[in-house]
Amino acid sequence: MLRRLLILAALAFTVIVVILPVVSIFHRAFAEGAGAYWTAVSDPETLAAIRLTIVTALIVLPLNTVFGLAAAWAIARFEFPGRRLLLIVIEAPFAVSPVVAGLCFLLIYGAYGPVGAALADYNIQLMFNLTGIVLVSAFITCPFVVREVLPVLQVTGLDEEKAALTLGANGWQMFRHIVLPNVSWGLAYGVILSAARAMGEFGAVSVVSGAIRGQTMTLPLQVELMYNDYNATGAFAAATLLTFLALATLALRGLLHHFGPKRDQAA
Amino acid sequence: MVSLRSAPPRVIPGLSLSLGITLLFVTLVILLPLSGLAWQLAQLDLADYLRIIGSERTLAALRVTVTAAAMATLFNGIFGFIVAWVLVRYRFPGRETLDAVIDLPFALPTAVAGIALVSLYDGSGWMGRLLEPLGIQIAYSWWGIVTAMTFTSFPFAVRALQPAIEELDPDEERAALTLGASGPALFLRVILRPLMPAILTGVGLSFVRSLGEFGAVIFIAGNMPYETEIASLLILIRLDEFDYPAAAAIAGTLLGASLVLLAAINIAQHRMQAYLREAR
Amino acid sequence: MTFDIRNIRKSFEGTEVLKDVSMEIGTGEFVALLGPSGSGKTTLLNIVAGLQHPDSGTLSLDGEDITRLSAGARHFGMVFQSYALFRHMSVAENIGFGLKVMPRGSRPSRRQIAARVEELLEMIELPGLGERYPAQLSGGQRQRVAMARALAINPRLLLMDEPFSALDAQVRQSLRASVRDLQQKIGVAAILVTHDRAEAWALADRIAVMGEGRILQYDRPERLREAPASEAVRVLAADAS
Repeated sequence: MLRRLLILAALAFTVIVVILPVVSIFHRAFAEGAGAYWTAVSDPETLAAIRLTIVTALIVLPLNTVFGLAAAWAIARFEFPGRRLLLIVIEAPFAVSPVVAGLCFLLIYGAYGPVGAALADYNIQLMFNLTGIVLVSAFITCPFVVREVLPVLQVTGLDEEKAALTLGANGWQMFRHIVLPNVSWGLAYGVILSAARAMGEFGAVSVVSGAIRGQTMTLPLQVELMYNDYNATGAFAAATLLTFLALATLALRGLLHHFGPKRDQAA
Repeated sequence: MVSLRSAPPRVIPGLSLSLGITLLFVTLVILLPLSGLAWQLAQLDLADYLRIIGSERTLAALRVTVTAAAMATLFNGIFGFIVAWVLVRYRFPGRETLDAVIDLPFALPTAVAGIALVSLYDGSGWMGRLLEPLGIQIAYSWWGIVTAMTFTSFPFAVRALQPAIEELDPDEERAALTLGASGPALFLRVILRPLMPAILTGVGLSFVRSLGEFGAVIFIAGNMPYETEIASLLILIRLDEFDYPAAAAIAGTLLGASLVLLAAINIAQHRMQAYLREAR
Repeated sequence: MTFDIRNIRKSFEGTEVLKDVSMEIGTGEFVALLGPSGSGKTTLLNIVAGLQHPDSGTLSLDGEDITRLSAGARHFGMVFQSYALFRHMSVAENIGFGLKVMPRGSRPSRRQIAARVEELLEMIELPGLGERYPAQLSGGQRQRVAMARALAINPRLLLMDEPFSALDAQVRQSLRASVRDLQQKIGVAAILVTHDRAEAWALADRIAVMGEGRILQYDRPERLREAPASEAVRVLAADAS
């Protein structure tokens, strides 16, 4: 009796709070038919936003991958003063809310910020353009790769790396043949989470993007713009694309979880 | 005896390269921006800060944010517990789907969540049409903010509790029942007490996330100053007015509160775990 | 070939784990470092391998000072206690790794590497298992693959860190004999770290008995029994027979 009641309550809450809203997006996006949906999706401004979102991710992900691997390697393999503090600093972006994150960047790199003002003398502008969007996206997603790779490095691989060194491998060969394959699952996991977050970020990006139509609008910003323009079909159509992205992220994550090595089974 | 003059080379390669990349990135992308906020705050004296924070509109925005976050956290505390419990203890058709769906709010961009919720709760939405005749207005009200915050922070509560419930021993519950424990006593002593650290984490993270939530909220909030305007939005408004000191003061307050809460959760959790270990 | 270990000292956080250790190893000689855990034997082996650096002292091979040489440049083969097989590589790729990572000028061709790997697989009596992955092998097979991988680079010295400790008694017995055979066939000098007296006695030409960071006695097994330098060595030698 209690059991049924609890299951029912859990299902009802999840359906109302999580599932209904998502279904509602598709309902609204197709409210005017599939034709209107396709017209909305292929709107030039929406396409420009898609392009910018993808370009941003393509710049941010390699940055975060290199940073994540470097930071995890330094923290897992070496002792140095401030090692624990470094880990806390790397985790800090998760504690900073989106608008506050965007504001921080504006206050330092914006035209009135100390760094931004100095760079303005050389005609370099970092905010309200792609650079600003990339920087703030890098901030928001930078803990993901470290978080996934560091625990893997901490429990595995040290003996294998030493073996590779005794066999004559240089640092790069050891990294490519031993370290990278060992952390590949964790790395993939971290990159997928970063990608989803980088492409979907709204609050932080909206502070630094400058919101120039067709130029500095990422897809989430474009959703807001169209919604405020009373272009409901356009907004919801764009939203479905981001929803597919979220669903694909969850599916990929599930696949990695299913086929990847179990965390506790270090050979 | 031969002594080595310089420090011996390190065996594992890559320290200077990896640490160099790390420090460069951390400095440019994390430390400098955070110091930007600190720098702006440092230019304010206490009187300015108090004047900004003490202004009626700021206080109202903070009150709206904190009370809505608290209500959302309350919902998530209760229903997060039920969902986590059901997922761990019961086997029923659709369980795996339910488990997978929990993470949807994590993965869904917040702007999408925002327009999804408003499309559901406004006058023409499925829920709106159901609730408005009953006199319940969710869209463009304080309850809308609560709904959005509940959506985005729901996974925190569930995911923090799941592993802790898995570690509970059902035999202890059975033993307590055979010893004549009543339902509520059983729940409080045998179930709730060992779960407290996990509940605290889930509820705490959920609250912190809600305090800073922006994208999901602004679509459904209505954004009326003094009534349904959240702190994050007010930061953005002050920015648009080029009132950087005010933006920084509100942001600093929000960030400070989050950090204090996160630190407090951490400390409380350690204390509680130590206490529970001793009690065993 | 003579390998010379001279006045090696090593401390970790103020605790001296090697206190002025010296010994030499001759051509084709099989030497065991025998001692309880904490005696410093594994630290000494790691220093020889280039995986740790001594605070002071020298290592020299035929007069060449190799103290500051990197692990790879020493060209020593090492068999790890955990075997440290590369789990993402097949057995053949594991064995061939040391050849594959050689600098372009001296690296054998792909075909030469394959032939060498086949030869080694024959030698360790695992022909045809080259395509398997480490996880698909038994403990004894893994140990032999680790051995073959270390031998593939024609090492100047073979180093083994408790190579039998993860195996059950029966496998251990048969592998001991084959390790000794292999070492003699190739003629490479070897250092074995072990805490197992029987193992040291069965395998080694000379045994360095270690205790608390020093070599208590370094001699042939029968000499350790006939003329123990201390009570500790006497007890050890008596028990080992």
